[in-house]
Amino acid sequence: MAASHSADAGFVRFEAVEKTYDGINLVVKSLNLSIGRGEFLTMLGPSGSGKTTTLMMLAGFESATSGEIYLDGERINNIPPHKRGLGMVFQNYALFPHMSIAENIAFPLQVRHLGKAEIAERVRKALDMVQMSGLDARKPAQLSGGQQQRIALARALVFEPKLLLMDEPLGALDKQLREHMQYEIKHLHERLGITIVYVTHDQSEALTMSDRIAVFNDGIIQQLAAPADLYEKPDNSFVAQFIGENNRIAGRVVSITNGKARIDAKGGTFDALAVKCTAGQSTSVSIRPERVSIDPVQADIVFDARIEEVIYLGDHIRIRVSVLGSDEFVVKTPNQNNQRKFNSGDTLRIGWAVEDGRALDA
Amino acid sequence: MSLAIDQNALTARLAKAERRGKIRAFLLVAPLLAFVLLSFVIPIANLVTQAFYGDLVSSNMPKTTAELATWNGTMPVPESLCESFVTEFKAAKVKDAALPTRIATLVNREFSGSLSKLRPVANNELSAPYCGALAKLNDEWTKPEIWNAIKIVSPSVSPRFFGSIRPETEENKIHLALFGRTLYVAAAVTLFCALLGFPIGFLLAHLPARTSNLLMIIVLLPFWTSLLVRTTAWIALLQQNGVINDTLVALGLIADDQRPVMMYNMFATFVAMTHVLLPFMILPLYSVMTGIKPNFVRAARSLGATPFTAFWRVYFPLTIPGLGAGCLLVFILAIGYYITPALVGGQSGQLISNIIAFHMQKTLNWPLASAIGTLLLAGVLLLYWLYNRLVGIEKMKFA
Repeated sequence: MAASHSADAGFVRFEAVEKTYDGINLVVKSLNLSIGRGEFLTMLGPSGSGKTTTLMMLAGFESATSGEIYLDGERINNIPPHKRGLGMVFQNYALFPHMSIAENIAFPLQVRHLGKAEIAERVRKALDMVQMSGLDARKPAQLSGGQQQRIALARALVFEPKLLLMDEPLGALDKQLREHMQYEIKHLHERLGITIVYVTHDQSEALTMSDRIAVFNDGIIQQLAAPADLYEKPDNSFVAQFIGENNRIAGRVVSITNGKARIDAKGGTFDALAVKCTAGQSTSVSIRPERVSIDPVQADIVFDARIEEVIYLGDHIRIRVSVLGSDEFVVKTPNQNNQRKFNSGDTLRIGWAVEDGRALDA
Repeated sequence: MSLAIDQNALTARLAKAERRGKIRAFLLVAPLLAFVLLSFVIPIANLVTQAFYGDLVSSNMPKTTAELATWNGTMPVPESLCESFVTEFKAAKVKDAALPTRIATLVNREFSGSLSKLRPVANNELSAPYCGALAKLNDEWTKPEIWNAIKIVSPSVSPRFFGSIRPETEENKIHLALFGRTLYVAAAVTLFCALLGFPIGFLLAHLPARTSNLLMIIVLLPFWTSLLVRTTAWIALLQQNGVINDTLVALGLIADDQRPVMMYNMFATFVAMTHVLLPFMILPLYSVMTGIKPNFVRAARSLGATPFTAFWRVYFPLTIPGLGAGCLLVFILAIGYYITPALVGGQSGQLISNIIAFHMQKTLNWPLASAIGTLLLAGVLLLYWLYNRLVGIEKMKFA
């Protein structure tokens, strides 16, 4: 009972996996990660954070220096890539330039020695799936970036892999196409129910598509959570800073009572949710710009701020103010009809709820 | 209407504005253009015309040439032909004492033994009827062979020199055999270079930059030493009492009196030419291989291909432009190779270029040398055309 449950929840499991290339620096540090069957998990992080190395270890192109990797209950550390049965979509697609589209998609079926008729049938279906029928004879170079992306997807899925790995697959596309493809991949995931491990450094991509996001930094998963939790309840200041826009106020924790920390910052004292801080130590309080209100009718915390800069963005206005020792504090306000005028140098009254301020590691 | 005029004026202004730049650009390339023209285009044009054109007979014996052109090969030859031949041949001697011998040599190449029949014509007093006088000089003049030989050499433009490659006489058979051997050696050397160069190119392309730069210097090292030095080094290595034989004897692998002959034969030609031409294979391969992203092979592996399948079906086809360029380069260079086979090849390792040099320097049969050279050039152009059809020249990457 427990075993079958764990196979589903831990379809892919990393257990204390470490990776070093030079024997000195660990690129991945004691990684423990469990991915459920059918889950869309994104590894998000800046470059050099270890996310791609982790993906390459899962695909079999890099070996783990220590630790175990399991796929569907089987230890795969020593299984070569071509026997792992994973589909993979690469950065820049890696479509074989000397083969036609149909040959590209037929490749995984040919190396599995399927019959000609079956290959033709499955290639046709795969092309249908990504809405690219009729382009069989073209060469990859004759397709647009978005089309190549779809063919790469069709090729990675045509042999019905257990798991689909995607390494920054949308990095080479322009913004509009990227957003469109995000939805397409998401819908494909919902339709096929396949497990997807997706690597990106683009946080909005991660937030849009994933069931869960593992935020990597410095070879460590900083936080593993659903998109909403990750954004609204960051565990530490790296995650708060990396995901979305964030205001940081540096201060010192005076005391913690009932999960609320009293923060002593330059220019005032206020309360914040004690998430990752200890009394007497310095802290960094994270407040999302959209949670800060201007001229608050009722707010737990209210301060006077000085307007440093006003940036007009069409649908909303960004106001950079200096408050509590930070001059990078940003407030967003929707662009409305009876908008009051904001001028730099003016004083602005801002406020937020205690729960919206999260006291994290400094 | 006014718009059209404005348009013309605008075009004129543009042309005027650009003229300066165009003139400057032309002047910048003019020295190179002149150099290429003088050192490349003109000699090759000269070579090709030499192979087709020779006016020694037609300019000195115009009447004979004209009569021979209409002569249908039946004996006896008309008296008018005998007359113009004898008078013009004698006139040639008056013009330049060496001319009859030069003409006779030309005829002699077509019909052996003609020299001794032609010389007396210039040296003896002959009177009409000339056909009879010639017959009195030598019986051969009543037979068609010698007249045919004169007919072959008389037109100024003809493919007669290519006839020397027809396998009719022993000498001509040598030409054909040498063409065959040259193609065989060039193909074999190309194959050896490809077999040796591919792994080296692969290694260079996939090692860390520091190591690969160091190794690249070793690959290029032969380029920095003279071809003669490199070839002579092979002589020192391969000869009977050379380094390799001495080492093998010292190690007791072969008996002192059973040293293998590795010098002055085909083997030496293969070894030395492969060594000299190897960089021309490695460089284009390296250049193409560094451009192949590791993701292609990874993609193939992730799609279920074994390492060999991934190499053969994905990596190898992507190296074709480099491999093709390297093979074409090595083959073309090998087909015209001269110094190395001349120095290390001995008798059995001589190639067609050595025969060209032989005809240039020893027999002084320049038209024949030109004809062989032109055939070689045509062969290379054919190869180039074939490569273009199969791979596409625009895909070729040299370095």
